Amino acid sequence: MSGEVEASTEEQQEMQDTVVSPEKAEEVKLKARYPHLGTRPGGSDLLRKRLQKGQQKYFDSGDYNMAKAKMKNKQLPTAAAEKTEITGDHIPTPQDLPQRKQSLVASKLAV
Amino acid sequence: MMAGVGGGNDFQWCFSQVKGAIDEDVAEADIISTVEFNYSGELLATGDKGGRVVIFQREQESKNRLLSRGEYNVYSTFQSHEPEFDYLKSLEIEEKINKIRWLPQQNAAHFLLSANDKTIKLWKISERDKRAEGYNLKDEDGRLRDQFRITTLRVPVLMPMDLMVEASPRRIFANAHTYHINSISVNSDYETYLSADDLRINLWHLEITDRSFNIVDIKPANMEELTEVITAAECHPHQCNVFVYSSSKGTIRLCDMRAAALCDRHSKFFEEPEDPSSRSFFSEIISSISDVKFSHSGRYMMTRDYLSVKVWDLNMENRPVETYQVHEYLRSKLCSLYENDCIFDKFECCWNGSDSAIMTGSYNNFFRMFDRNTRRDITLEASRENSKPRAMLKPRKVCTGGKRKKDEISVDSLDFNKKILHTAWHPKENVIAVAATNNLYIFQDKIN
Repeated sequence: MSGEVEASTEEQQEMQDTVVSPEKAEEVKLKARYPHLGTRPGGSDLLRKRLQKGQQKYFDSGDYNMAKAKMKNKQLPTAAAEKTEITGDHIPTPQDLPQRKQSLVASKLAV
Repeated sequence: MMAGVGGGNDFQWCFSQVKGAIDEDVAEADIISTVEFNYSGELLATGDKGGRVVIFQREQESKNRLLSRGEYNVYSTFQSHEPEFDYLKSLEIEEKINKIRWLPQQNAAHFLLSANDKTIKLWKISERDKRAEGYNLKDEDGRLRDQFRITTLRVPVLMPMDLMVEASPRRIFANAHTYHINSISVNSDYETYLSADDLRINLWHLEITDRSFNIVDIKPANMEELTEVITAAECHPHQCNVFVYSSSKGTIRLCDMRAAALCDRHSKFFEEPEDPSSRSFFSEIISSISDVKFSHSGRYMMTRDYLSVKVWDLNMENRPVETYQVHEYLRSKLCSLYENDCIFDKFECCWNGSDSAIMTGSYNNFFRMFDRNTRRDITLEASRENSKPRAMLKPRKVCTGGKRKKDEISVDSLDFNKKILHTAWHPKENVIAVAATNNLYIFQDKIN
């Protein structure tokens, strides 16, 4: 009987937390999906990612072919989709490279 | 012709013009990345991700058409920046124009600064409406005349020609930024300007391109210790020794260039105290300031973070004097906004000419205006559905609770791809320019 009362008090506390802070509720959701978020040491990953933002990966055919030779028949590892990873070892493949830029034309605002 | 007292709700905003293509498929290059009126409001410049600048000029008001103010038509367009490749670091440098800032007009030509991630350029836009005719040594089509045919001397005459507007790059300020430039700001001395990247701020002289002074450097000796970056910077509108810069931690530092050559130590530090019990994983991210703008008076400054706009009195550092919620209903959506990266969107904000109202953008092509005097606010939408000439804009409302009233839109129906990041307010009149992805909307208040 007392066990049930305790459980409902906990539930009530949780509900209160959700009511008090929608932000905290969202945090709980996020941590459930990405358990390793924020646990990595060594400066803010987010900030460093921001500083590197927009910097395109380059394609080095030497690296690529060496990696392919090493792996032999196995697939090359693809970039991690997780937000916590800033990969430095990932070897770009031709599929990863951004599309070539369109040729420069006049702005459609100037029509 | 002063901008009237009151702002958002005292005016009735009407559609005036929309520029840009209607396609569903928006080319990345066409996304507008900056919008800026010049000092008189006669010219309106836009920059886009494709590195192009388009300048619109306001038509002279015709006496016959009293019901509508002058329209903005294309005046000049040019390719400001091109994509580059940094061979040393194997990095691509985007041509996207991050900021455009006009210089005050000092002669017949117009000057503006445009910046991408790494390079700032000073552009001169000048008109040519006369052409010399009657040269002695060459024909009208430029071919050299046969010397033996020249028997008389004549004085070339200036003849009128169709107006030609030329844009030419007068200065290129390059190689001074290791990180991405987020701001440029012309100083009130009209001789210098500052440029800011994630970790450093440089001071330039408009005439000198081969060197700049570093005035702020927050790069830690060990990058592992990096805790914050510079997000925006601006020169004070009247005091040429003062500038401010904002950070990703929600703080603003005011610096005085008279105090030291390197302004790493601030003169004033603005930060709103945070309630530690409400801190969450998102707190720092949503407190990151995406834009900072001084009021025209120079007495206040405004900052934009993810969910709100704050007005600060420069004389009070410990908290803002006014806080306006832009889209508080997003607080309960932060998880998905983090996953789709929208939480990192950088919204700008702007003052009206008299500093009585402020404007900023939101999602679903909504933008918000706040009247500082009446404390009223309004939400409007930039949409082609409401684009008949002089059609009045209807206020929009987002419904957060369960029961959705007619004409309201629920939070879950908002289109987060339709972001209004860039808006501009005419310096003297109630005319606003709103960039909605690849379209530029111009709205005016109704003339009674």
